[in-house]
Amino acid sequence: MSTLAPGQIVRVRDDWPEARGPVHIRTPHYLRGRIGTIRKILGRFANPEDLAFARPAPSLTLYHVAFDPASLWGDAKAGDEILVELYESWLEEA
Amino acid sequence: MADAAETEPNPARAHHDLGGIAKYMCEAVDTEPHELTEFDREVDALRQLLGMKRVMSVDELRRGIEAIQEAEYHARSYYQRWIRSIADNLLRKGVITTAELEAALANSRMCP
Repeated sequence: MSTLAPGQIVRVRDDWPEARGPVHIRTPHYLRGRIGTIRKILGRFANPEDLAFARPAPSLTLYHVAFDPASLWGDAKAGDEILVELYESWLEEA
Repeated sequence: MADAAETEPNPARAHHDLGGIAKYMCEAVDTEPHELTEFDREVDALRQLLGMKRVMSVDELRRGIEAIQEAEYHARSYYQRWIRSIADNLLRKGVITTAELEAALANSRMCP
């Protein structure tokens, strides 16, 4: 995937690899399928999903992605923001 | 996404993936600093040595913690989960044998 730019709207993939077998995933369950905004490019890092199994780990771009809590939880207060580090492999353009 | 609260609990959520779950609407999260025990320090030192010697990465440690079965996961302290993962990783990699681990545990100060 080409590098996403700050301000771009993305969707977190609605994927549940933990239901298919042993995995190490750094994308919280509550963000799967949700819409967020790229805030910042944090750099490129070896994929922890591979490092966790001592496999060769290609580097991926890591982003700060912002989410409106009201889009995640019914009781969220207006004006708050959830900022999460997510790897490019979990993001699709929305 | 008004249905977010009603879809909890998600059956696919891994048991260690605790962020944002409905339980914490009713139960306060413990944010008090915890005093480290000698056991905690020893486990931390062991983890650092294994990382420095490139025997086991932090990511492998985390995978091993997440692989602990749910009942045991919640029954163990933070560093007890670490030592469980370290032991599982070292056994799986063949760095230690089950017999060596059992012999060490028989005389160990590491079991609080």
